[in-house]
Amino acid sequence: MAAEGSSSIDALSQFKLSTALGPIGASVNFTQSNLMMVIAGLLTLALLWVGMRPRAMVPGRLQAAAEMAYETILSMCTETIGPEGRKFFPFVFTLFFFILFGNLMGVFPYAFTFTSHIAVTLALSLLVFVLVTVVALKEHGLHFFSYFVPAGVPKVLTPLMVLIEVISYLSRIISLSVRLFANMMAGHVMLEVFGAFIVMLGAAGLIGWIPAGLSLAVNTALIGFELLVATLQAYVFAVLTCIYLHDAVHLH
Amino acid sequence: MSEEQGGAGGSFEDRLKAARGRRGLDAPSAQSGKRSGDDLPSGVSPWGIGLRVGVELVSALVVAVAIGYGLDWVFGTRPILTAVFVPVGGVAGVLNVYRMFAPKRGENGGAHNG
Repeated sequence: MAAEGSSSIDALSQFKLSTALGPIGASVNFTQSNLMMVIAGLLTLALLWVGMRPRAMVPGRLQAAAEMAYETILSMCTETIGPEGRKFFPFVFTLFFFILFGNLMGVFPYAFTFTSHIAVTLALSLLVFVLVTVVALKEHGLHFFSYFVPAGVPKVLTPLMVLIEVISYLSRIISLSVRLFANMMAGHVMLEVFGAFIVMLGAAGLIGWIPAGLSLAVNTALIGFELLVATLQAYVFAVLTCIYLHDAVHLH
Repeated sequence: MSEEQGGAGGSFEDRLKAARGRRGLDAPSAQSGKRSGDDLPSGVSPWGIGLRVGVELVSALVVAVAIGYGLDWVFGTRPILTAVFVPVGGVAGVLNVYRMFAPKRGENGGAHNG
């Protein structure tokens, strides 16, 4: 994981895919990224399933966590999208917890962060984009295209404005995916770089020990920061999905 | 509890709300103002905002260049349409950023958003 040969910092090899689950995985190209996705899905299910098993009136810790998770996302849906938001609750809930567990598991040693691959985040944001567009078309039919014609614009400028609006609409795919991907990748590169500093400076003898200790302190802080970013980015992804769905349902 | 029966005209939700209000269980409605504010929880670091602005600007430009380059490829007019779309993409990026900070349209009416 850390720098090999202590001469150069190899911060990007942590994102390399390799096959998991031995020969079976290798034969179908089942990578460790896919494995982590499956685990993230199972963890989401487990949180609800195991958490809600006691069905106690006064919830225990896990049940309280499951109920709070449910209520937070539900209120996010209904407050942001409106009363129609209930329809989209399962989707937003799944999306949020898939990303959240993916981000959080990546902090553990030897784990792989599947959200640090643009392929994964781009697929997620394309899913959101297609859903939003389909919902808008279904709710409003062809009237949906009035979304791209801003009100109160001189007639001469309308074609230009429509073009700009369409590009702005399409750029959601990129901005949604790049935001999550960049945050996760940057955090893990930083961890790797400072981790390599510890090894390299520590090997440099007595003079290196103090900066090595500082690097260790930085890395410790970074882990905490990474937890914050992991939660925040999952939240941002879910909230933006809700806002886009709001636009699709209401077209303002 | 018995005096509660007097207001039986209201729905269960109303009575529950009134009861919760009396016990102070509901946070005052300042909560609702916060949500419609921006996409992000307040108290996001300047770093976060800076990164978002950058992503918004660049993503619009990326889309515009992709469209321009694609159309050029289709029509065989190599540099022209790309050159046309780049400034348009820049404008779209600025529009994205403006939307981030624009005073939000209340729940449904009001300010610009096209």
